[in-house]
Amino acid sequence: MSTSPDLDRAAGVAPLVPPLPGPEDATLTVTALSVRLGGRAVLQDVSFSLTAGELTGLIGSNGAGKTTLLRAILGLQPISGGKVHLGPRRAGRSIGYVPQKVVLDPDLPVRARDLVQLGMDGHRLGIPLVPASKRQQVDRLLASVDAFHLADARVGALSGGEQQRVLIAHALATRPRLLLLDEPLANLDLRSTQETVTLLARIAREQGVAVLLSTHDINPLLPVMDRVIYLAGGRAATGKTGDVVRSDVLSALYGHHVDVFHAHGRVFVSVGEEHREDGCELVVDDCAGSSAPYVGDLR
Amino acid sequence: MAGLFSGFMVDTWFEASVVAVVAGTVGFFVMLRGATFAAHAIPQGAFTGAAGAALVGANSLVGVGTFSLLGVVAIARWGRRGRHDVVIALCLVTLLGVGSLFLSMSSQYAEQTFSLLFGEPLAVSSGDLVPTVLLGAVCIAVVVVLYRRLVLSSLAPELAAVQGIRPERVELWFLLSVGAATTLALPIVGALLVFSLMIGPPAAARFLTNRPAGAIAASGALALATVWASIVASFFSNWPIGFFVGSFAVVWYVFGRELVTWRQRRLRNGQRGMARRSGPSAVGLAR
Amino acid sequence: MSLLHVIFAPGLFSSPSVQAAMTVGGVVALVCAPVGVFTVMRGQSFAGHAFSDISATGGSAAFLLGISPLLGFALMGLAGAGAMEALGAGRHRGRDLVTGIVLGAGLGISALLLYLSTTVHTTTGAAVTVLFGSIFAVSSASWPTVIAFGAAALSLVAVVYRPLLLSSISPDLAAAQGTRASLVGAAYMGALALSVALSALTIGAILSTALLIGPAAAALRLAKTPGRATAWAGAIALGSVWAGIVLAYDSYGWPPVHQGWPVSFFVVTLVLICYLLAQLPAWRGR
Repeated sequence: MSTSPDLDRAAGVAPLVPPLPGPEDATLTVTALSVRLGGRAVLQDVSFSLTAGELTGLIGSNGAGKTTLLRAILGLQPISGGKVHLGPRRAGRSIGYVPQKVVLDPDLPVRARDLVQLGMDGHRLGIPLVPASKRQQVDRLLASVDAFHLADARVGALSGGEQQRVLIAHALATRPRLLLLDEPLANLDLRSTQETVTLLARIAREQGVAVLLSTHDINPLLPVMDRVIYLAGGRAATGKTGDVVRSDVLSALYGHHVDVFHAHGRVFVSVGEEHREDGCELVVDDCAGSSAPYVGDLR
Repeated sequence: MAGLFSGFMVDTWFEASVVAVVAGTVGFFVMLRGATFAAHAIPQGAFTGAAGAALVGANSLVGVGTFSLLGVVAIARWGRRGRHDVVIALCLVTLLGVGSLFLSMSSQYAEQTFSLLFGEPLAVSSGDLVPTVLLGAVCIAVVVVLYRRLVLSSLAPELAAVQGIRPERVELWFLLSVGAATTLALPIVGALLVFSLMIGPPAAARFLTNRPAGAIAASGALALATVWASIVASFFSNWPIGFFVGSFAVVWYVFGRELVTWRQRRLRNGQRGMARRSGPSAVGLAR
Repeated sequence: MSLLHVIFAPGLFSSPSVQAAMTVGGVVALVCAPVGVFTVMRGQSFAGHAFSDISATGGSAAFLLGISPLLGFALMGLAGAGAMEALGAGRHRGRDLVTGIVLGAGLGISALLLYLSTTVHTTTGAAVTVLFGSIFAVSSASWPTVIAFGAAALSLVAVVYRPLLLSSISPDLAAAQGTRASLVGAAYMGALALSVALSALTIGAILSTALLIGPAAAALRLAKTPGRATAWAGAIALGSVWAGIVLAYDSYGWPPVHQGWPVSFFVVTLVLICYLLAQLPAWRGR
């Protein structure tokens, strides 16, 4: 489903990509969400919807409001306007969350399987009884994130990528319909980044979960991202990647002149200083094969 | 030797054992949450309560309990998680000063100061038995009931919040259990050594097993060993029990660290052995 | 006339022990001010607290051995600083745990030494003197040591003042300027150990943090620059110590035991009051 962006140049400020008409069974529908923090409008009129089985990227620079948006969806952040609507009700926790910086002391006597188990029943009172069925469930969860061999290792002693996977298993423990991840790729090396992205795409597909992850670099997500929510200045442009990551759309979003460069399947967004009428799109294709680089419409 | 298990010593053994189990269990969560400041500060406030009780002739347990509670409330209300807040530190030091004031007004200034600060296991009376067991049972019950919430909120408060747990509530219950453990332990090991009894055993227990439940059990066991050995040593040498408790804490900490180093060395030697057998490429694969 | 008599009880200024206490207390207060300001700025209040407990061990040892308590406090404090560095207490992870364990051990050893004092010297009250202080008992023979230690602490701070200031605000900035973090840190620790020792002599090992942290924390509320904060801290510390001495002297006739209330209690309470007063504008504004 694609929508072409609608721009009103005369007004000087473009209305953003209108929200996709949320299907009745959309997992998450956010309508005109606004959040004010300390007198400042951190989020203004943000609308989008998420569908099961899709992976959506929440793109924005540091301080753009990504964490605030995620917390608002979780109900951890009071909102000053708009609605957050989770799809049809189901028993059990519907949202899994992997927060940004979970610091775990390597000396702590807590295993990966303990942490995942707490994802299932961390709020329950009393001493946990672990029947074989529960143990198998934990094993399955860990296996689904390629972390079964880490089950009995201390969580604090795992590498960044491994800890990430265990936290994802923790978040998936109640079979949620929505999985939110706050900057999961931030401190990972290149290989772990690719592995995590592939894993998340697989989870979305195989388990029918709507996955939303925030990041400031869109490139690792390009191969697997179904949709993008681009956050800047508290406002959002949402839609398919090709429809949103364009200089005209992003210029309208930022209110500044924005250039979008594509090279070898990668995207580089450059936010300029002054507002210009014309956008600039530079596409560099396979240089190695052709005799001369193809330079697009460069003004 | 006979005196060690004689009439009045039985009370000491019993109450000290209850104290040890409670302190070891609560101490595990102190270590898990990194709440060294609270565990250090609450006994200091409790000292004042003991001094006040001694002055007015009230039951020491009541005085200690009341001021432990005040300390808990103050830290829960104003303390930032784990941080060494200047305000709290100043208030607690002032409380210590007030405690010394109370003691100065009593006729047994020096002796009482010493025993309240460094412990006096022989001063245990059989009248304290029932309240001790009751308070200990309640404290353990709180920890048992809130076990999972305590662990999850210690590891990552955000993950707990997502499950509908309120970290501040859990923190309050945790501090209350520290207050209870303090109330029980102060008369026996002294205000200044309650901290060592609470964190010494977990410092080793955390390396004896990977599982949280196992670590709690180990912590309780090591605390029992600490208290029992300290009572015996203090009985025969007449040296203050606080000295042994403090020293044991060091022993447990060093033992724990050495265990880790030994294991890492063994792991590395194992890797090197594998490498020698199957070539250099194997080393990179082993973790 | 009578009000003055109530505040400054007769014989106050002519009493030699009071004069000694005022002098020593004054010197200590002024030394603790700049060191305390840096301690609070660097967020190392817990280290200061750790030094207090460690110096208790030194004081107990000194009591047992019959040497000057100040020497005991200072030597133990410096040794404790070295031990904490060696045990890796500088690294943040696990720092609190190992510091707490070392403190506990130090206090346990204090217990033993104080106990031995009572058997060897057959004196009671060792615990009280070491832990809660007794500035009236400071003899004029220890004045040279007090002044020497105070001068040493101030010199250490003066020598590394600028890199210390920079590294307190931002360790990375200081490193970028090429300052040797270890040297600056060591100098600061040395000054801290000496200041704590002096404070322990004045109001006792257990309470000594108050004189170090309290006036400094209050001053940092009242002043924006370290220089002015030091001035404020010095004034508050000086005022608290002197007023405490006066009150302790006056309290000689007070109930219930008519033997006077402890000086340390007054000093610590006054420090707290000053701190709370300094917080008032902030609390009102909330």
